[in-house]
Amino acid sequence: MATLQLSGISKSFGAVAALTEVDLSVDAGQVVAIVGDNGAGKSTLVKVLSGVYAPDAGTIGFEGREVTIPGPAAAHRLGIATVFQDLALCENLNVIENLFLGQELGPFRLDDVAMEVRSWELLRQLSAKLPTVRLPVAALSGGQRQTVAIARSLLGDPKIIILDEPTAALGVAQTAEVLNLIDRLRENGHGVIMISHNMADVRAVADQVVVLRLGRNNGVFDARSTSSEQIVAAITGLEDNVVSQRAARVEGADQ
Amino acid sequence: MTAADLSDERLRQATGLRGSASALVDRVRAGELGMVPVVAGLLVICVVLQILNPIFLSSTNLVNLLMECVPVGVIALGIVCVLLVGQIDLSVGSISGLSAAIMAILFVKDGWPAWLAVLVALVAGCAIGVLYAEIFNRVGIPTFVITLAGLLSFLGLQLKALGAIGSVNLPFDSGLVEFAQLKFVPPWLSYVLVLLAAAWLFVVGFLHAAKRRTADLSARSTRFLLIRSGVLAVGLGLAAWYLNRTRGIGWMFVLFVALALILHYALTSTKWGKAVYAVGGNVEAARRAGINVRLVYTSVFAICTTLAAFGGVLGAARLAAANQASGGGDVNLNAIAAAVIGGTSLFGGRGTAFAAVLGVLVIQAISSGLTLLSLDSSYRFFVTGVVLLLAVGVDSLARRTRTSHGRA
Repeated sequence: MATLQLSGISKSFGAVAALTEVDLSVDAGQVVAIVGDNGAGKSTLVKVLSGVYAPDAGTIGFEGREVTIPGPAAAHRLGIATVFQDLALCENLNVIENLFLGQELGPFRLDDVAMEVRSWELLRQLSAKLPTVRLPVAALSGGQRQTVAIARSLLGDPKIIILDEPTAALGVAQTAEVLNLIDRLRENGHGVIMISHNMADVRAVADQVVVLRLGRNNGVFDARSTSSEQIVAAITGLEDNVVSQRAARVEGADQ
Repeated sequence: MTAADLSDERLRQATGLRGSASALVDRVRAGELGMVPVVAGLLVICVVLQILNPIFLSSTNLVNLLMECVPVGVIALGIVCVLLVGQIDLSVGSISGLSAAIMAILFVKDGWPAWLAVLVALVAGCAIGVLYAEIFNRVGIPTFVITLAGLLSFLGLQLKALGAIGSVNLPFDSGLVEFAQLKFVPPWLSYVLVLLAAAWLFVVGFLHAAKRRTADLSARSTRFLLIRSGVLAVGLGLAAWYLNRTRGIGWMFVLFVALALILHYALTSTKWGKAVYAVGGNVEAARRAGINVRLVYTSVFAICTTLAAFGGVLGAARLAAANQASGGGDVNLNAIAAAVIGGTSLFGGRGTAFAAVLGVLVIQAISSGLTLLSLDSSYRFFVTGVVLLLAVGVDSLARRTRTSHGRA
């Protein structure tokens, strides 16, 4: 039984069907990448899972029970944590303060020692390299900020972690760092849903690739045995698409 | 073996006293100036004014100066809170004037007991803050505009309440006026308070360090804590001795320091304080972290206007009267300038309660020094303006340095 099981999820905004009967399943210790073109429904699906939108139809199964996710707090209680693309960190606060924002220990007398210890535990779980947790987040690089955001999502010990474009704004080394973090999440038994545009990243880290096209499932692929071309074909819906045409043209020019 | 939080090899090891000192130098170089510029500024102002008029640093004048800065200082504490969430309250002067009028009328004309009159004035102040926050939360009018409207409206209300005569005198033998003018800490008690403060600082620091060591984190050495408490005891002790040569330390100033310490604790060591800084730093992030942003705004505005009302009451007690000029003139701008001079950012998320204390000392020093030189208020306004500009200039330059040192 999968940890998270979506079946027949539909969501419309007025006349526009953003999602039509989408299925998705994620196991513990599995990284599922959701790929698709702009407007394919990736973000809508994430928002359904994180409780921002209620689906019009379909069922969500979580650890074998059928559940509803009426709001972000409900998603959090279930054990679904989402790291949004803009990370939502406070630059003027340090790493500890950001990790525990809104969930501080000891409301009337903050237990900063316990929070610092727990912060190091979380960061060590991710084998993250932060020199100190007492620097304001403004002083951190993009990859380190992503680390902090992911570490924060681990605080409630979630079963499923959703990462929205975790590598979009990062350089080569920082991207590799974040991909290492995702490997670590899998090793620790979390189910990971990763939204990405980047084929190389997806193939580097995902176990399974779910392709969305125009709000519908357009194939589920095993990331190891499928070529980038096949996935791109599923994303665009054509064997002969603009990406493959360009590839062929460049190849032809090389010869 | 190094502590768990210092184990990264990129981190320069700074231990012991020299480590603490070099860490401070590093922070200042990187633009994390903290209280350094305002303390330096205060020293420069004191030296210059002392050279111009040797009475300035006399015990008598300093005793007066500390008493004089309390009303505006209490108002500035509230301004710090509002600035921390990235908002502004322009109406604190009018609110302090209105609350002074309410208190004086209930106490003198209606013969209410003093404590009840003060309480009603404070509740009125608090209600104004809740009203501001409700308008801000529900309608979304910028607080600049809401409080500008408040500035005018509550000034009108104050004038209306005081009526045609426009002034209510408080009897000199009332507890309020005595508290604000004549109640001083007995010398022996002032030294006991100084020793208590130093001992308390040491005990808190020592317990915290012990807890950190048990958790395998780096901690301040006992030697550092001892020296810090020793310096504090000697410094405060000397100040108390100097002030005790004449009248001593006013209870009203002790009250101000106590309020600042309470606010400091609330801002640094409670969940509410972290929420205030978070809202000032990134409202959206705070909202997504589950913080009730509206409640934070409401609490902050309620605190600010309550403190403004309290400042007004103390000002009236000090003057022994509430009149049409109470809370008018430069009270408003001095309170905001004090918070900013002390190092509170106008853009939210940066500042401490002590900013208000140091800032108001700077403003009051200028005011007192220029009065001693028999210069009229035109010079005082001018010099205060220049100092404000300098303070914000230093802060802006420090921000640039922070950016280039990756600490923005």
